[in-house]
Amino acid sequence: MSNTERDKIDIRHKDAMCTNESELVHPWWYNLKYTFVGIVFGIVFVKAEIISWFRIQEMFQLSSFHMYGVIGTAVMVGIISVFLIKKLKIKTISGEEIHIDNKTFDKGQIYGGLIFGIGWAITGACPGPLFAQIGAGFGVVSITLLSAIAGTWVYGKYAEKLPH
Amino acid sequence: MLELLKSPWHWSVAGLMIGLTVPILLILGNKKFGISSSMRHVCAICIPANIPYFKYDWKKEIWNLFFVGGILIGGFIAAHFLSNDNSIIVADATRLKLDGYGITDYHSLLPSDLFNWDNLFTLRGLVFFVLGGFFVGFGTRYAGGCTSGHSIMGLSSLQLPSLIATISFMVGGFLSANLIMPFIFQLLK
Repeated sequence: MSNTERDKIDIRHKDAMCTNESELVHPWWYNLKYTFVGIVFGIVFVKAEIISWFRIQEMFQLSSFHMYGVIGTAVMVGIISVFLIKKLKIKTISGEEIHIDNKTFDKGQIYGGLIFGIGWAITGACPGPLFAQIGAGFGVVSITLLSAIAGTWVYGKYAEKLPH
Repeated sequence: MLELLKSPWHWSVAGLMIGLTVPILLILGNKKFGISSSMRHVCAICIPANIPYFKYDWKKEIWNLFFVGGILIGGFIAAHFLSNDNSIIVADATRLKLDGYGITDYHSLLPSDLFNWDNLFTLRGLVFFVLGGFFVGFGTRYAGGCTSGHSIMGLSSLQLPSLIATISFMVGGFLSANLIMPFIFQLLK
């Protein structure tokens, strides 16, 4: 791998959770399977009321177990799944090995985490529910999403100057 | 069966299905579950402005936009075809607090007292849509992920930075809901 290629991956890798270096090149419509997963996911978000501003207030006011149950169960299922994938060396449907990069610690996870947490309680939505809320007919949330994209852009612009 | 689907789903069902997204995305194509990155890709596609953080090969991440597009469609399907009644039952303690803030409409998943277009150019709109949204976008990118990337994907693969991020999300949320928001509502009365 050349140096410039390595640099390119490093830039994307700042988002370690989302750096996917698949060697395979597929036609665009292969991506439709992710749309299908997204549809099921969006339905769950609405039907389990995870997109509800009220449920988020309950969570942060410790007046309901609902959101803790959702996130706790999801993490347990995720841990078991990842363990099994590693243990049984399960491959992707195209036969690639599955690898999960480790994320390195930087102070951004604390500062950024606190800032996101503040916004999460106010908007009653993390990024996933924003999309589901718009789909469910809460059109005004598109302003929240646009503002979140603006926040993303401003972070990108000043990323190097912020303490990490 | 359809009736069962139409009533609100139990947290264990939702948790199971969200948790299963992790292995499904890995097995479908080595994709790591994460949602906030989609907003970075939108910036990289639409307004990169020569900023190094947005100069990467976004075409390799395009699956993420297909995924969030699906979430939007799923939201539409659930709200229009899988719901009888969108009203919500909220815990008494929270209801009491929200009453004090002037939030009284429980007919849909989001309070119409806040989330309607008439509020857009008011102080409420500025705080709840513009400022809140900005914090979500800026904070998730600064932290390198959101609830899905850190709290679900990161914790599933037992990563300490993700645990630190998740604790920070929660601390920020507790501060916000219990100290900042009462103050804001007081101010906006």
